[in-house]
Amino acid sequence: MSINIVKELANDTVAPRQAYCDALIEMAKEDARVVVLDADLIGALGVKPFQKAFPERTFDCGIMEANMIGTAAGLSATGFIPFAHSFGTFASRRCYDQVFMSCAYARQNVKIVGSDPGIYAATNGGTHMPFEDVALMRTLPGATVVEPVDSLAVRELVRMAKDTYGVWYLRFPRKNCVKIYEEGTTFTYGKANRLRDGKDVTLIAAGYCVAEALKAADILSAEGISARVLDMFCIKPLDGEAVLAAAKETGAIVTAENHNVVNGLGSAVADALAAGYPAPLEKIGAQDVFGEVGPTPWLAKRFGMTAEDIVGAAKKAIARK
Amino acid sequence: MDKKQVAELKRFAVEIRKETVKTIASLGSGHVGGSLSMAEVLAVLYGGEMRVAPSDPKKEDRDWLVVSKGHSGPAVYSALALKGFFDRSMLSTLNRPETDLPSHCDMNHTPGVDMTTGSLGQGASSAAGIACGNRLKGLDNWTYLILGDGECQEGQVWESFLFAAQQELSHLIAFIDWNKCQLDGFTDEVCGMGNLEAKLKEFGWDARTVDGHDVAAIAEAVREAKKEAKKPSMIVLDTVKGKGISIAEGKPSSHSMSISREEEADALKELDAELAAITE
Repeated sequence: MSINIVKELANDTVAPRQAYCDALIEMAKEDARVVVLDADLIGALGVKPFQKAFPERTFDCGIMEANMIGTAAGLSATGFIPFAHSFGTFASRRCYDQVFMSCAYARQNVKIVGSDPGIYAATNGGTHMPFEDVALMRTLPGATVVEPVDSLAVRELVRMAKDTYGVWYLRFPRKNCVKIYEEGTTFTYGKANRLRDGKDVTLIAAGYCVAEALKAADILSAEGISARVLDMFCIKPLDGEAVLAAAKETGAIVTAENHNVVNGLGSAVADALAAGYPAPLEKIGAQDVFGEVGPTPWLAKRFGMTAEDIVGAAKKAIARK
Repeated sequence: MDKKQVAELKRFAVEIRKETVKTIASLGSGHVGGSLSMAEVLAVLYGGEMRVAPSDPKKEDRDWLVVSKGHSGPAVYSALALKGFFDRSMLSTLNRPETDLPSHCDMNHTPGVDMTTGSLGQGASSAAGIACGNRLKGLDNWTYLILGDGECQEGQVWESFLFAAQQELSHLIAFIDWNKCQLDGFTDEVCGMGNLEAKLKEFGWDARTVDGHDVAAIAEAVREAKKEAKKPSMIVLDTVKGKGISIAEGKPSSHSMSISREEEADALKELDAELAAITE
């Protein structure tokens, strides 16, 4: 594992959707099994270049997510590797039974992409704001759930998804995100990336909250508190070893997720702690509420996902040691 | 199709019914009605229409069958056993712990089952996906799909109908087992499906309705469907739920019912009489 992170946090110059489309085209050139399905969001996801390059391997199903996922399962049964996309809401809860039975239970090789997770849904608002997709998908036996944080992570994890048999759920924003990784970074299936070491508390973050966790670590450092930061990009299977090491070595944990704190990353970490090495845990994320409409930074404040919120939670966790 | 072939298929259909009755009776209860109503279409498909190899059930260029009304597994298993995909003795393991013959069809357990089904409506989409996949590979094989009429109340089925027509899946041939019953009663009294053939035509399919208990008519309909160059084809099978045994025939309650040993003996007598009546 090699981790090469940016020196200063700034917006990624490559949109995640661009990285996704580029990766699909590259993979499709070398592997005839790669096919793409969408439900009337090919343009929104920026996958038209793929459609142009591989028209017969692109299925724009129209607005029918259930049929899209079922069709993907059928394509998988004949040996193809389908990547099926919709917004995170519709790629998960809208077609959950199809993902469950036709894909997961039937042991198919289907990759599901849910875009604009959580507060990335921004002005599409609460109806389109998936705070429950991780919860649904990580409950599927055998499924893999990943949250690439930036365009480089999208590129690497999409490829890992193609090369690793099974049902995968990938959630990432389409457009803007903060760049975390530089070239040379590698990702290992089921292993967290340790972005920063520390001894007083561990911040376990995914997606949007990774940059906030890094900022929080800076704030804490200025106050003399040493925080470890993990990018838990692989939410299932969870890196239990990293969680237990964090509990043993730092004694306090904060999880930070762009998702409901019910049954998401925080719950997965809580399970690992309860089974292995109980330690104080504070969970940052939507506190069992619905999403709302607004710009992403405003929503981050609204739902308590900012660096300041993480700092507060870290101090609380440390105080509970 | 000559008289001898027709007689063979008729016999195969009755044998499927006999094995289904024995299988379910050995357990005591099960999905009788919807299994018995589709014996003829299974007989036509596995009796020669489908290109399948029992010794190599995953053969790449085989014809595929998705039984979306997955609860009719017992009839499918009977057909597969009679065809030689596995030993007939396996049938009595239906729904027993660790069986490879679960109530609903499971591709990862049963040799010859091409897709996992059970949650209604989903097989329609997976069959469309299979047809897309086979075409992408450049194969000229056929993908068959069997739906229930009550199952067509599921919205996903109509999504898949639109999709299959848009994709011009001419090598997808579907059947609706129009037995007019569902678990809660007669389909017309629960949520009527109207004219299925007309609906399918409106959805861009080639469609026809035949007597679903007439093997020659079904075989002829499949031959006609194969001539269609662009559209997917639907064959609505006019059937009777629980067909062939008087304790079940025409009764919505036969969807899932018990069969005692005495009832089994009576049912087998009826079916044997039917077999004896088949000449040629």
